[in-house]
Amino acid sequence: MTLLRRRFLKSLAFLFLATGLLAQPAAAEERFITVASTTSTQDSGLFDYLLPIFQAKTGIEVRVVAVGTGQAIKLAQNGDADVLFVHAKKAEEEFVAAGDGVKRFDVMYNDFVIVGPESDPAGIAGSSDVVAALTAIAGKQATFLSRGDDSGTNKAELALWKAAGIDAKAASGTWYRETGAGMGATLNTAAGLPAYTMSDRATWLAFENKADLKIVTEGDKRLFNQYGVTLVNPEKHPSVKVADGQTFLDWLISPEGQSAIAGFQVNGQQLFFPNAPAAS
Amino acid sequence: MNAINMSLAAPCELLPLSLAGLRFQAGGQTLLGPLDARIEVPGVSVILGANGAGKSLLLRLLHGLLPPAAGRVDWNGRTPAAARSRQAFVFQRPLLLRRSTLANVTFALALAGVPRRERRERALAALQAVGLAQLAERPARVLSGGEQQRVALARALAVAPAVVLLDEATANLDPAATAAVERVVERLRADGVKLVMATHDLAQARRLADEILFLDRGRLLEQAPAAIFFAGPRTSAARRFLAGELPTENGDTP
Amino acid sequence: MNDLWAAFGRALDLITGADPALGEIVGLSLTVSLSAVTLATLLALPLGALLALVRFPGRSLVVAVLNAFMGLPPVVVGLVVYLALSRSGPLGALGLLFTPAAMIAAQVILVTPIVAAVARQSLSDLDNEYRPLLRSLGAGPWRSVPTLLWDARLSLGTAILAGFGRASGEVGAVMIVGGNIDHVTRTMTTAIALETSKGHLAQALALGIVLIAIALTVSLAAEGLRLRAQRQQGMSQA
Repeated sequence: MTLLRRRFLKSLAFLFLATGLLAQPAAAEERFITVASTTSTQDSGLFDYLLPIFQAKTGIEVRVVAVGTGQAIKLAQNGDADVLFVHAKKAEEEFVAAGDGVKRFDVMYNDFVIVGPESDPAGIAGSSDVVAALTAIAGKQATFLSRGDDSGTNKAELALWKAAGIDAKAASGTWYRETGAGMGATLNTAAGLPAYTMSDRATWLAFENKADLKIVTEGDKRLFNQYGVTLVNPEKHPSVKVADGQTFLDWLISPEGQSAIAGFQVNGQQLFFPNAPAAS
Repeated sequence: MNAINMSLAAPCELLPLSLAGLRFQAGGQTLLGPLDARIEVPGVSVILGANGAGKSLLLRLLHGLLPPAAGRVDWNGRTPAAARSRQAFVFQRPLLLRRSTLANVTFALALAGVPRRERRERALAALQAVGLAQLAERPARVLSGGEQQRVALARALAVAPAVVLLDEATANLDPAATAAVERVVERLRADGVKLVMATHDLAQARRLADEILFLDRGRLLEQAPAAIFFAGPRTSAARRFLAGELPTENGDTP
Repeated sequence: MNDLWAAFGRALDLITGADPALGEIVGLSLTVSLSAVTLATLLALPLGALLALVRFPGRSLVVAVLNAFMGLPPVVVGLVVYLALSRSGPLGALGLLFTPAAMIAAQVILVTPIVAAVARQSLSDLDNEYRPLLRSLGAGPWRSVPTLLWDARLSLGTAILAGFGRASGEVGAVMIVGGNIDHVTRTMTTAIALETSKGHLAQALALGIVLIAIALTVSLAAEGLRLRAQRQQGMSQA
């Protein structure tokens, strides 16, 4: 056998071995739960701060799969996650009602803000009435980006248009544009155009490509963004890690977890406000 | 011991070769046959004829590379696979693998079932016999046309065949390379190997042939010892061929 | 432009700083891609050989489908593999979702058609060239396969490299079946997607530069091997 062929076969054998050794699926000894959550929550950096605290206390690793709200709920419905942690109260309650979840608990809230370009074509900078702001935007036909992805943020946005009595979707493709993307991607697009859009405050504060966007409307009670946590129903999905999932849920709504949430800050600002119901 | 002389021992084990009603068709046309013949004398049998006469087809049928549409090829009663394993074929264009010269020869030995430890020595001996031992480690495909064809010959020799079939083996070679190949052919004949050569080169046929089989448009028109054929062919097609004329349109009956 | 320069600076910092987080991500990316390519090659070579050498009814259709699958959208493959590995799916009991194994599986589906299609074409061409010789020497179709594979090694090497490129550069499939979980299934491409969505464009670009640098290194190494093989075996004459 020629030298080259020997070397060739040796590299093949090495690749084979490397494949076998390195591609082990997660060892059974690792203790972890899978949480389906949203990209906006992950993008804010909350999990990077919160989860190590929980793991240090309980030894449970929390693996977050961060996708769009609709996809997160679907994952939970398929039993591919142990806990659902999103901000779409109506959809979460339907989730429980359908028997996919055990019980939903409020955890924390943050708020949404309307951001827009420095040039502010709709003239709404500094306002605190979101319905008036949206009406002004529609009136001036200023470019407004919607996430258009059925996420918690998207659902909240649509509810506000409804409150303003405006059928924004009818104008889709003109001044009202649906990106079908996550919060970060949508903010990128808004910065690039530039355009108005609605974002959760946490993602906005952590976002680093603000260009000439700034907050134009905030503080309206209707911009309230409620997060909830639900254990996936083990009766429907026997593979759910009930004990550890429940531990995580209990911790989130416990005084300890709640103060941890309050302790998360970006640029000196608290992003999430704990509001779990007090233990009975 | 000369590893190439193994077939010296007995009269050729694959002879006589009998062809009965042999025919080959393609695209609805009969390209060769019906052909009846018998090859039984040792030495070089040359299949002679113009281009398109069917020489190459006949050789491939003899070697079992093509299945006949009708008729039989019988090498002294052997099965086709057994017969082929005792033959070696040299193609017009040398078909060499993308590896060294030596590796090309040891490849043939491996397929012939020669044990690994004997292969290198036998391959080198074969290359020596064709004068290419010094190029053993060279990549086969960088050799010149003549050298490549000699490698093909070495490959044929190394397996110590009973019969070597050559299909216009020198058609693409210059005179020096042709002469080198012909010397090997003569060596083989001297060692008792049966050779069946297809060629349209009259001079070569005169130099090498012990027997002539003359093909014209797929039919075997003449078979005779070489001296007799060249002294005076019986058919007008053969006469015209020897005179260097182009074949005519209408058929010819012997 | 600002971001681009910042990105190059960041990329250099990342590489020279031997950031352990980066090391983890790069390690996982390489593991997943190399494993996928290895497995895909083991599947693709016999498949290519079969399609090249064995005639069977419907072969042309299979070849056409194989060639079309070279362009399978990664996100679609990811979706299909997710549905298969989901707890509600047929293979849910394996518990492979959101693990590197699932990512490897999805990438094997993406890479195999590439290697198989090229293998089929190369082997078919070589078989046409070599068949009279191989039959003459007593090698039937099965015995020919190792010989043809070895002689086609340059084309096959290029195909495998193309497969590696596809695997290491794609994000759609690994994102869906891996879940981009920190420390578990976050690869270079999913990390880039994450940083982009956070608006950390310079960081995203920096990771992208590192990814390209790795791809370049692999490609240069392969080219070096190829040139050496070419010189040694005189394969410049095709």
